[in-house]
Amino acid sequence: MSALIPFWFIVIAILWTGFFILEGFDFGVGMLHNFVGRDEPGRRAAINTIGPLWDGNEVWLIVAGASMFAAFPGWYATMFSGLYLAMVLLLMSLIIRGVAFEYRGKRDAAEWRRTWDVSLTTGSLLAPLLIGIALGDLLHGLPINSAQNYTGTFWDLFQPYAVLTGVTLVLICLLHGATFLSLKTTGDMLERSRQLARRVAPFTAAAVTAFVIWTHVSSTSTFFLRPLELLAILAVLAAVWLVYANRDGFAFAATTVTIASCIISIFVGLYPHVMVSSTNPAYSLTVDNTASAPYSLKAMTVVVVIFLPLVLAYQIWTYYVFRRRVSREEFMPAQRPTVPAQSIPAQEVPLRAAPGTPSSALARLRGALHGRKL
Amino acid sequence: MSLDLARWQFAFTSINHFLFIPITIGLAFLTALLQTAWHRNGRGEYLRLTRFFGTLLVINIAIGVVTGIVQEFEFGMNWGAYSRLVGNIFGAPLAMEGLAAFFLESTFLGLWLFGWDKLSRRVHLLTIWAVAFGSALSAAFIMAANSWMQHPVGFVMVHGKPVLNDIWAVFTNPVFVWGYSKVLLVSLVTGASVMLAVSAWQLRHGADRAVFTKSARLGLIVLVPAILFTMLVGDELGVIEGQYQPMKIAAAEAQWSTCQPCSFSLFQIGGGNNDQTPTQIIEIPHLLSLLATNHWNGKVVGMNPLQAQYSKQFGAGYYVPDVFIQYWGMRTMAYLGVVVLGIAVWGLWLIRRKKLATSRAFLLVAIWGVVLPFLMNTAGWLLTESGRQPWIVQGIMLTKNGISPTVSTTWLWISVVCFVALYGVLGTVDLLLMLKYARKELPPPPTETDADLEAPVPAVQY
Repeated sequence: MSALIPFWFIVIAILWTGFFILEGFDFGVGMLHNFVGRDEPGRRAAINTIGPLWDGNEVWLIVAGASMFAAFPGWYATMFSGLYLAMVLLLMSLIIRGVAFEYRGKRDAAEWRRTWDVSLTTGSLLAPLLIGIALGDLLHGLPINSAQNYTGTFWDLFQPYAVLTGVTLVLICLLHGATFLSLKTTGDMLERSRQLARRVAPFTAAAVTAFVIWTHVSSTSTFFLRPLELLAILAVLAAVWLVYANRDGFAFAATTVTIASCIISIFVGLYPHVMVSSTNPAYSLTVDNTASAPYSLKAMTVVVVIFLPLVLAYQIWTYYVFRRRVSREEFMPAQRPTVPAQSIPAQEVPLRAAPGTPSSALARLRGALHGRKL
Repeated sequence: MSLDLARWQFAFTSINHFLFIPITIGLAFLTALLQTAWHRNGRGEYLRLTRFFGTLLVINIAIGVVTGIVQEFEFGMNWGAYSRLVGNIFGAPLAMEGLAAFFLESTFLGLWLFGWDKLSRRVHLLTIWAVAFGSALSAAFIMAANSWMQHPVGFVMVHGKPVLNDIWAVFTNPVFVWGYSKVLLVSLVTGASVMLAVSAWQLRHGADRAVFTKSARLGLIVLVPAILFTMLVGDELGVIEGQYQPMKIAAAEAQWSTCQPCSFSLFQIGGGNNDQTPTQIIEIPHLLSLLATNHWNGKVVGMNPLQAQYSKQFGAGYYVPDVFIQYWGMRTMAYLGVVVLGIAVWGLWLIRRKKLATSRAFLLVAIWGVVLPFLMNTAGWLLTESGRQPWIVQGIMLTKNGISPTVSTTWLWISVVCFVALYGVLGTVDLLLMLKYARKELPPPPTETDADLEAPVPAVQY
């Protein structure tokens, strides 16, 4: 067996982990933006905490999918065709959520924004739920025949372990998003973010503990938890304590570790399988019977080794550029006596403001605060 | 039924996806040019235009991105057997696309949109170029994958399965080199047409003439060479496809029997797969020979001899694509290309006469002319994809063998209905938003304090 086969399994695990760490808080913010921001400026401030970041974060999912296609075509084919309707739902969630960011502010009408708020919230809830169910199904087994094809129905996907995985991921994303918002907002929004984190945290901890124990029981027969599983539980307990202690930065680090250890433990539990067959263990998909030819893996290895570090570098730089907190005041409607407020789309407020009005003064002040080279 | 639904769904989602992609690639490049102009000469109108067309760009990117995710998932969902067989070759460019191009495009789009007041002007200018470069590079990988389906290269057959043995060959595939060039060029044509149409509408409706004349001129200056080269590259692509996929080219002329030299008919009445003797109107001698082979007296093998040859080579079967789509796809694409060229040359002549901003007739034509590139692109894709049928990978796998064996017709119906409904709604929203923002007033001229290079430009926010 080519050493590149396990290497690519690890790459895919890393891509899924990266996706959930980064897009995890985007999902959380998407679900929570309505609760953290109680009015229009507040909601916009909440959305803008992830505004510059979410698109780049979502690419992790696309690359994870494409890498499965290229490195393990059999896995990709069985999983995507077997989970067919779940995939349709997932795509629809990702679509309504993705356009919601762009389109929400493009018309200044309460109903219009309301529609996109609902899209954003629904999409951000369904996406981690469905992906979680899918990952749970991989590990827990699905009816798969000897030709590596799924033979079950849509409802077979909703087995208890898979549903638990989905719910756990949603709860982790909620907590992760709330701690992220605690780091990125100010004033009463910050207070509400912390409050939400405190409310969610115990449920997240319970779900993660249940998930870890069930994963352990279903993938190994030893009694003691593996270090990774122990880490997941410790991290989520630490997160609970940290959100109650208002240690936002450490709390966010703890939720990050929780997500990472949960996702990685799924992949560790899977290996060397990639999809377990509940019809007959011999029909299970493994890294070997689904992998691409060694040459393809080699070609892609060159690309991933060059580009993944590069991607990490510029994404880290992006987070550095947008490190400031976002405050509700930035989105308060400016006082513009000469122009009726309704004809102006919210997005263009700073640009349209006449000199000397609060918003343009604020924009300039922000520019100065952000340390632009004047 | 499953096969038809899966094909129909893929055609529907890809045609929709490719409405947005050329705008993104073309407009990203043009917006980058505008911002570069502002960066170099510091004149406020270029900044205003950058912001104005940047907004249109972003409305499109949003939907281009989300429809792209559907494309990636569909191979596994609907075309499982295909993915299993050729994933080791076809999947590689897709994974590379994500890593090398899509990450770049998406991350830097966020930096560009939100970074106006956070990055130095030079770095901020680089971010829009990174978006333009990333989107163009993205298309390269996708086209490499698609070209492999048209003309598979760089592999050996191992137990009936194609296995990649030369990735370089995939990226030097002549179908890729010419096909990708054509995609880049039509993207410029599409982006430039959009810019021209929007500027024309603004000029007709009394917008600031000095400003929108600049963008109309930029659109035209890009449009003229882009459409000319599109035609030349398209012609060469036709010759190459004629070599590797002779059936595609024969069907595009409804040429049932072999001819030498071959004439090209402007129109025909009747035709299609069951009518081998359509009435062809206005035949231009030697033109098909020229188009298909680059030779005055070139030979084009007809569909009947090709059908006989393929039946012998691959076993009994029907190897003729839909002749109606081929014949009219080819003509729609070519004729509309000529119309676009005509509009562009007219505009260029008006620039010379210094009448661009005042010729109301031209401005009206330029506004409505914006639909032409989209029809042209769609016709071109129908021609190239339908012309590959019945193959999903030319000579290696038939489309009917590529579908997911256990995906039921019910599931397919559900997904088709969902996608059609969702795309219908989003397409309408996108169109309405584009119209709304295209008809908006320009952002006001920078005030004196803003005009000097030291004041920050406010960022875009959601």
